[in-house]
Amino acid sequence: MNKKLLALILASVMVISMMFVACSPETPVDDNNVVEDGQNGENEQTDDNNQEVVNNADFKVGVIHIGNPSDGAGYSYAHDQGIVAMQQNLGLTDDQIIRKLNIADDDANATKTAIEECIEEGCKIIFGTSWGYMNTMEELAGQYPEVIFSHGTGYKSNDVNFNNYFGRIYQPRYLSGIAAGLKTQSNLIGYVGAWGTENAEVTGGIDAFAKGVAAVNPDAKVYVKVTGSWFDPTAEGTTAQALLDLGCDVIAQHCDTTAPQLAAENAGVWGCGYNTDMTKDAPKAHLTAPIWNWGVYYTAATEAAMNGTWKEFGNFFGGLDIGFVDVSPLSENCAEGTDKYIAAARQAIVDGEFAVFDGKQLSFDEEGNATVIDEALLDNQGNEIVAAGGACLEDGVITGGINWYYENVELK
Amino acid sequence: MNTIIKFLFAAIKAGVPFLYGTTGEIITQKSGSLNLGVEGMMYMGAFVGFYAGFKTNNIFLALICAFFTGAVAAFVFAFLTVTLQANQNVTGLALTIFGGGFSTFFGEMMIKFTPNGLPKLSEEFIKGLSEFKIPFLSDIPYIGKLLFSHNILVYLSIIVALLCWVYLRFTKYGLHTRSVGENPAAADASGLNVTLIKYLNIMLGGGICGLGGAYVSLVNGGGVWNNGCVNGQGWISVALVIFASWSPAKAIFGSLVFGMFTELQIRANDFAHEFPFLGFLGHIPTAFYKMLPFAITALVLVVTSISQKREGNQPAACGINYYREER
Repeated sequence: MNKKLLALILASVMVISMMFVACSPETPVDDNNVVEDGQNGENEQTDDNNQEVVNNADFKVGVIHIGNPSDGAGYSYAHDQGIVAMQQNLGLTDDQIIRKLNIADDDANATKTAIEECIEEGCKIIFGTSWGYMNTMEELAGQYPEVIFSHGTGYKSNDVNFNNYFGRIYQPRYLSGIAAGLKTQSNLIGYVGAWGTENAEVTGGIDAFAKGVAAVNPDAKVYVKVTGSWFDPTAEGTTAQALLDLGCDVIAQHCDTTAPQLAAENAGVWGCGYNTDMTKDAPKAHLTAPIWNWGVYYTAATEAAMNGTWKEFGNFFGGLDIGFVDVSPLSENCAEGTDKYIAAARQAIVDGEFAVFDGKQLSFDEEGNATVIDEALLDNQGNEIVAAGGACLEDGVITGGINWYYENVELK
Repeated sequence: MNTIIKFLFAAIKAGVPFLYGTTGEIITQKSGSLNLGVEGMMYMGAFVGFYAGFKTNNIFLALICAFFTGAVAAFVFAFLTVTLQANQNVTGLALTIFGGGFSTFFGEMMIKFTPNGLPKLSEEFIKGLSEFKIPFLSDIPYIGKLLFSHNILVYLSIIVALLCWVYLRFTKYGLHTRSVGENPAAADASGLNVTLIKYLNIMLGGGICGLGGAYVSLVNGGGVWNNGCVNGQGWISVALVIFASWSPAKAIFGSLVFGMFTELQIRANDFAHEFPFLGFLGHIPTAFYKMLPFAITALVLVVTSISQKREGNQPAACGINYYREER
């Protein structure tokens, strides 16, 4: 048999398969979002924000995604919707946005390569959307002082060209806990977590959710199971099923896919998603989801980088008050009156009367009016985290130091 | 008791993709080809099965399409390795990479061209694949819940595995297949068409792997497409071939064991809570259970190589291309 022919065919098989792997992420994304954003896009594109384009036609923005935004839901999708919103707000063209997809955040080399490719292509600001990019970005920020590095969900920064951005997602998590607490009939609420107490972001989210549950339903328990991965469709589904088997009738989640919500829907019970409004994925089950409006930050940060006002920008930790985080519109599955409870709680948080991780709790009357009462913040071992009436934990502790579960939480 | 039944029930379900993948790979290996592309064929079957189900709303058609896609992917493998004598390992790996890219590429296209950006199977389709109770049999305490209230694809996987077992062990064609896998030169000398037998078995095996992919996307996904849904289950299937010592019948048991490992990652704590003497289970990190399938496979390899029994070993010519003129 002709060996050359064989080598040729083998090589072409490799090339074709590489092509599928390589081009799958990039091209469809833009079109995809344009298609999906048709409704909002039309209004915004008619705005006369085209003056910016002329001045900043060569300004490029790099985005490092851990997953693939075109999954249509979940973490990377939510971030990319923010990028698209920024692009529309600032009138950038498609080739001014450089996306790097499926960059594993535990692979420092891949992260470095992706970022350096962005820099080579002329990006002036680079957004790293996942926790694990933090150290690589810190290192590269030192090497490339002319480029701005902006890292999401971490805690490191250097006051010059490397900041971090994150949001008070625990605030809408508290609100979604209210929806779950009002809905549950078995008084058992399942929570599919990506990681255990070693991750303060997940743990703090569970605590805020559980405190929201406790505010409206003191008898309810929150059962937590951990998948050990941010993204694993099969494990997230089976974990939700395991929680359903324990008798849970609301499934909340802090992981990337819609699998837990679909498991809840197929079992005929309810759920609270995360990252994006999952009501379209599980219309019969979904109550409401804590969501991000990353566009608020991406627009502000990119604008600051363009206008040279970056120096004053600093770190970013936005909350409900500026609409950076929120709960998705309540679905019809929610218990009656949920909207009043959530509106009252939202008002208390926005007004600063209540801050979730403080020595206070909301107390609701029959009509759903909220009053703030003093109540110590206890963990599920009985330790006092914040004394009754005490002040909220510091931001550094909230982002990096929560390793306890709220009193009604049980790790299963 | 309830905890155990629910655990085993979930373990059976978790093992089904492994059972399809393993049965397919056993057929392939028994004919003397080591196709490492199980993951890729499952991905392709997963996408095409889902897309067909999404578009035609017909479970039967979705399964046929998934089977056919797996078989076509395996045909490419067969053409490269049997006809063109390419290295089987490299070709299999290329198929794995290709399959993953194929499903992501077309998965994204599907999302893009679906009006609301959400390809979701219809309710009746999901209902057709949901668990149903077989009358009378499912009323038996414990056993009924455990064995007679699954979805149809679970029963199909066991039927397929048993048919393959009968085929390999008791039929003339199975004997031909095994002889090609053990010693293709002898089979050739006795008048068998080695090339044809290899092609047919590789494609049959690939088709069954494709069904495993369809199970992942249609059942595990809950009705919505996820890129990256197979996520390593094809590789576990390859390990399970060794665990099952190349017998589809043993693979039924093996897939249950591997399914138990998968579910233990999530449910170990339930046992710790329910049975105090199993409290230690709650302290084992989940990474340990993720490792178990591979650790056990390594152990089985060691044990079988010590025992030196010819039966239950890898077919002698597996992984070696048969080149007639080299006789």
